[in-house]
Amino acid sequence: MPFIPHTQEDVEAMLAKIGVDSIDDLFDEIPAELLAGGLDGIPSGLSEMEITRLMQARAREDGQPLCFIGAGAYEHHIPAAVWQITTRGEFYSAYTPYQAEASQGTLQVLYEFQSMMTALTALDVSNASLYDGASALAEAVLMAVRANRKVNSKRVLMPRTVHPSYRRTVQSIVRHQGIEVVEIPFDRKGGHTSLAQLEALAGDPFAALVIPQPNFFGVLEDVDALTDWAHARDALVIGVVNPVALALLSPPGDWGSAGADIACGEGQPLGIPLASGGPYLGFLCCKQPYLRQLPGRIAGKTVDLDGKEGYTLTLQAREQHIRRSKATSNICTNQGLLVTAATIHMAMLGADGLEGVAAACHSNTAKLADMLCAVPGVEPLFDRPCFHERALRLPAPAADVLRSLAAHDILGGFDLGSEYPELEPAVLVCATEMRTDEDLAAFRDELARVIGDAQSGTPSAGAQVVNA
Amino acid sequence: MLIYEQSRAGRRATAQAPSETAPVDHLPAALRRKRRPDLPQVSELQAVRHYTRLSQKNFSIDTQFYPLGSCTMKYNPRACNSLASLPGFLARHPAAPATHSQGIMACLLELQDMLKFVTGMHAVSLAPAAGAQGELAGVLMIRAYHDARGDHERREILVPDAAHGTNPASAIMAGFQVREIPTGSNGDVDIDALRAAVGPRTAGIMLTNPSTVGVFDRNIQAIAETVHAAGGLLYYDGANLNAILGKVRPGDMGFDVIHMNLHKTFSTPHGGGGPGAGPVGVSKRLEPYLPVPLVSRDGDRYRWLTERDRPESIGRMTAFGGNMGILLRAYIYARLLGAEGMRRVAEYATLNANYLLSCLREAGFQPAYPQRRASHEFIVTLKREAKELDVNAMDFAKRLLDYGYHAPTTYFPLLVPECLLIEPTESEAKEDLDGFVDAMTRIRAEAESEPQMVKGAPYKLPVRRLDDVRAARQLDLAWRGGTEAGQ
Repeated sequence: MPFIPHTQEDVEAMLAKIGVDSIDDLFDEIPAELLAGGLDGIPSGLSEMEITRLMQARAREDGQPLCFIGAGAYEHHIPAAVWQITTRGEFYSAYTPYQAEASQGTLQVLYEFQSMMTALTALDVSNASLYDGASALAEAVLMAVRANRKVNSKRVLMPRTVHPSYRRTVQSIVRHQGIEVVEIPFDRKGGHTSLAQLEALAGDPFAALVIPQPNFFGVLEDVDALTDWAHARDALVIGVVNPVALALLSPPGDWGSAGADIACGEGQPLGIPLASGGPYLGFLCCKQPYLRQLPGRIAGKTVDLDGKEGYTLTLQAREQHIRRSKATSNICTNQGLLVTAATIHMAMLGADGLEGVAAACHSNTAKLADMLCAVPGVEPLFDRPCFHERALRLPAPAADVLRSLAAHDILGGFDLGSEYPELEPAVLVCATEMRTDEDLAAFRDELARVIGDAQSGTPSAGAQVVNA
Repeated sequence: MLIYEQSRAGRRATAQAPSETAPVDHLPAALRRKRRPDLPQVSELQAVRHYTRLSQKNFSIDTQFYPLGSCTMKYNPRACNSLASLPGFLARHPAAPATHSQGIMACLLELQDMLKFVTGMHAVSLAPAAGAQGELAGVLMIRAYHDARGDHERREILVPDAAHGTNPASAIMAGFQVREIPTGSNGDVDIDALRAAVGPRTAGIMLTNPSTVGVFDRNIQAIAETVHAAGGLLYYDGANLNAILGKVRPGDMGFDVIHMNLHKTFSTPHGGGGPGAGPVGVSKRLEPYLPVPLVSRDGDRYRWLTERDRPESIGRMTAFGGNMGILLRAYIYARLLGAEGMRRVAEYATLNANYLLSCLREAGFQPAYPQRRASHEFIVTLKREAKELDVNAMDFAKRLLDYGYHAPTTYFPLLVPECLLIEPTESEAKEDLDGFVDAMTRIRAEAESEPQMVKGAPYKLPVRRLDDVRAARQLDLAWRGGTEAGQ
């Protein structure tokens, strides 16, 4: 019996102690008509050897294509030690540190994580993580509306340059709390959010402005001007940032003359594998005055009975298990295991290493964009500086080009037209430090061939394979 | 000692970052960072040693019996981790096309189907990232259902007073008001109070069954009838699904929507508090509202269903559609168990709980519901010990740590005074349960002879009892010492 240690003698002794004849007797309070029959739809159990064979085949089936997609999830080098330590049973199979004395390892990791995130964002406090970047933005929006006491409004300005899936997630989570999310169009030339467009839409008071840096297109926003503009209207500023980019870019706490009030984002680039989209970790930091509106777990330093330093979960009066219907959020746990990995990752890279990674991604993507733009008909979509992604206009339908590339095991970027029909045909490409010069050349060569075929009217070999 | 306190300017783990700093001339100076972030500067060995030592300060399932009630701390099979971490799964980008996703989608569809079957629901979405997010998705679907029917007056969600705090908090996030229903003295929901509470404003009820007091609500069919007759829907909080896996199906009890905590019932790791995964299952009438994305199959090809295919969906709960790595672990676990193994989960979890309850009762501890059968967990109340010996549930909990046992859940549910909610799970052997009974018995003897000693516990852990009041009053939430780099 997998994972059940009982011998026949154990079972008999235990039933005798309870005073029943069979295990079925233990279910005698359940109405008989509710007891299920067989589980015909569920297959028989496999041995570890059999499931290993199956999973290896399934993993192999998906191949290991050369990936140039970013769009919110980025392939970075992860030191081997990160996951070897993270998956130690003492981290992997522990639970939320309710018994602080028996959880000092996890609690200190949370405290160190909070320290590192406040350093990266240049804000005062950090929570111990949320589910992912998108749900963290939803919590940031709710938090900003609660925290803004100067403006009596539940409107939040959301640029269309924010990740489309983040905007959808925010809608799913906040729509029934009376919050109005106003979408702000972007400048078609620069791919950024312009003050002129904001002015036109911000007639009524609003509680917060969201500023992505870099934005979904990889373009850098004028964070200082946007922050000051929002603050001049008594709104709070929520930065949505990439933590690796923060090694190079001005941190939210330094934006404009007063700094952003809240920063959130996706922690995946800090040592978390792509893994099809999760589990990742969302982070959420803010200025001190908004601390009590911050949702999620927070670890704090304290002392024990002997005056020795230790760590514990604190400010729990914000949380659902104490406040129930009056809590800041319904969130229960954080993403403890991912926080552990991210903390070890940041400790191992340090500011220096993280900056090196950020610079390598920036320069590699710039190099890739230059190479791809040498292919006839391919050109930059926007003219503003970017971090580590580039939007490129294509001379042929993007979906067809991407399909043909995929048939040759190249994932050639994110199809921008799928989310921004007005930009079709265009792709968003990314080359992290993981892509070599040979990888970039392979992408360029294949793209040139696919586009050449498209323009000469001959379907590429790849397209035929896929369509067959 | 913090990792920061081991930091030295200029030290780094050189093998882990690009050796040369690439040019960043294209970045405008105004947008560049002016000061380096204050991150630790340590060698690779220092980091490895530091975090390995921190891990050793944790209790965990792999090292201790962990009978934390309502959390289902069972063994997390190692194969689930290593197979979900095969390079092909780890390297797959969430936006990879379907041509490069058939393998993982096959796993996800089969998991979706197995969860559907074992819960007796009509359809399942794997999207929610955790139990609480599954709850939110569930109540959002209840709201979408009533709204689609123009039934806009149904704005009240009923929640038993013993429910997890996430239930009322989730209902509020979906824009509902919450009304509490009392629990009767026998542990079942007070059905008369329920009958008096339902009406044209009732959107639904959120129930855990077996409930958080560790008993199966025998009136579940009457509850379902009452709520349905009033036009409301039934929400099943899957926190305690381990108690009935393969034995009773929530769909057969009349539930319209359920969330499952895969980190409990399907043995994915608790990870020190996350990640979880909280798939939701629904009856036919709620299917259009399921959160996206969903996996589907056309002929022999798998594909994602998104907002475009499901216009009435409540939408997306995270950016990339769920905690795929956790879903894979649950899939592997479910395949290792198979149908028979799943039934045994509930059977042996219940056997262990009832055995432990019998032993503790024999040792003189007081069950909160002595007339009732335990489900997969049960409550012992220490109100007598608190009154007579001045040693309370928290003192017992802390002293248990000295004996090498993680404490049960304390002071939840709130309606039982001085309670320990104990859930042994099916993966513990009889001798481990006997050891726990022995420790409880010894602690009570200590409480009788030297109560002050018990009240000062623990003694053998890295720290003694911590000052929570100081933690909340003199807030210290991040290192402010400043390493040399940060100055």
